[in-house]
Amino acid sequence: MNSYFHSVTLDKELCRGCTNCIKRCPTEAIRVREGKAKIIDVRCIDCGECIRICPHHAKLALTDTLESIKKFKYPVALPAPSLYGQFGSEVTINQIITGLLELGFYKVEEVAYGAELVSRAVEDFLQHNYFPKPAISAACPAVLRLIQVKFPELINHIIPIKAPMETAAALAREEMQKEGYPSKEVGIFFISPCAAKVTAVKNPLGTSTSAVDGVIGISELFGPLSKIIKKRQEVPNLRKSTAAGVSWAVTGGESRLLRDIRYLAVDGIVDVSRVFEEVVMGRLIGVEFIEGLACVGGCVGGPLTVENPFMAKALINSYAKAKQVKLPELPPHPDWQDLLWENKIKPLDVLRLDDDMKVAMQKMEAMESLQQALPGLDCGSCGAPTCRALAEDIVQKQADEVDCVFKLREKVTELAEMMVELSSKMPPSMGEKDKQKR
Amino acid sequence: MKKEERIKPIVMRFVVEQGNFQLAGEASSRIKSRLLQLGFSGSLIRRIAIATYEAEMNLVIHSYGGTIEAQIIPEIVTILASDTGPGIPDLEKAMQEGFSTAPEEIREMGFGAGMGLPNMRNCSTEFEIVSEIGKGTNITMVIS
Repeated sequence: MNSYFHSVTLDKELCRGCTNCIKRCPTEAIRVREGKAKIIDVRCIDCGECIRICPHHAKLALTDTLESIKKFKYPVALPAPSLYGQFGSEVTINQIITGLLELGFYKVEEVAYGAELVSRAVEDFLQHNYFPKPAISAACPAVLRLIQVKFPELINHIIPIKAPMETAAALAREEMQKEGYPSKEVGIFFISPCAAKVTAVKNPLGTSTSAVDGVIGISELFGPLSKIIKKRQEVPNLRKSTAAGVSWAVTGGESRLLRDIRYLAVDGIVDVSRVFEEVVMGRLIGVEFIEGLACVGGCVGGPLTVENPFMAKALINSYAKAKQVKLPELPPHPDWQDLLWENKIKPLDVLRLDDDMKVAMQKMEAMESLQQALPGLDCGSCGAPTCRALAEDIVQKQADEVDCVFKLREKVTELAEMMVELSSKMPPSMGEKDKQKR
Repeated sequence: MKKEERIKPIVMRFVVEQGNFQLAGEASSRIKSRLLQLGFSGSLIRRIAIATYEAEMNLVIHSYGGTIEAQIIPEIVTILASDTGPGIPDLEKAMQEGFSTAPEEIREMGFGAGMGLPNMRNCSTEFEIVSEIGKGTNITMVIS
């Protein structure tokens, strides 16, 4: 496996080696080693759960700075729909777009508009293709990674259509090219609620390269942007999206746009995982479409957002209620073929114990007996999230049995008992007198 | 061939209680996660998960309780589902798609569509069912 870039990373200085993150990680991708958390790259899905839970704020998302847009002569901003939920009900979407332009962006291409194109494409795709049901939305990159890591059997359920971000980026690039701007001088920046999108740009899923040049977290831009927005009241109408695309920011927004389809929308990585379990067991009969989002509330709950997710959700929902929901027209398939993935995504096989199944079986047997001997408290003191995970680490030679404090104590007791026993032993050359002297 | 025989299977065993819907799915879910660690392919895991889940549900809905056992060797999983009764009066009918003896309240819960046994057979490479009234039902599914 080639080395894999991750947005989610650790600030060693701040990490205290506590066990909050290891317990929360849905793919058991974190261990504490030498007093610091260590992320196992191949297992990490960038869901951001550890960023949320860390009490010392030692988990970060690597993103680009606002400063970095200066590297390009013509920087284009791609605001995520969730950005519109960050500034309260007094601020309009047009004010936000104008604010982005005043911050130094040359052009704004709304991801909400890209989302509307994707909605149309997905609807068309499902109507005209035989596809395994339930079809799974490809919108959330953390969920796609979750499937690659934990649910390889569901990979062929993923709708192979690009996410709104990539769609909007391709559109922006095309428009700028048409207007005659040299491609090298155009930099496309996604304004992101989440870390997983950063990873998705660096390691694209379904496409070989990403049309996005950089990803700036909403939290990075929130300060300067809110300052600018407050100054201006009268703004031109620059909006291209409708309430339809904006509603993608919340759970169910994408699903509600698909007509005549029985859908299930689920958020929070743990619950998404649960729903997928049920799909695998053939339990969710009749569900045709699943929208799974890693963050509670949807993208408004992303770890890089600023506003309370539920406030943001209420605001986004109020847009959807107030305005008529209308999707843009797409040329009939296959004209929108460039919205389709270029590559198939593959399972990551990172949970398997060994490439050789026989060896894997031996390792599993060894794990079972090790686990039997462990206390079963899942306390995390050994640096692994559960006793079973420790057993696995021991079998994989990544840990030692005495990493378990209870095992260590047992060994110390054994040793102490042995010392007591030995201290009463006498060399034959010493007599009763010598013994009394002691 | 002899070499194959020497492989000691990994055995997982679960007790399934009558009427315990809360725990239904536990056995299939646990077996599934082990198979993933062993490196079984997605499509095989899927068939095993469905077959095991259907067997588990049958124990919960129709039987007095029983056990699910998975015997795992490379690329082959054998699922044994056995219960202590009441037994199936007409096996031929029970194997028909859409035939169900599930009571109304079970159907209201979304179960009892009459697809359980046919699904199990469809997912299996080899399928065997033996049932005796008053004694119970034993199902053997070999999935490879």
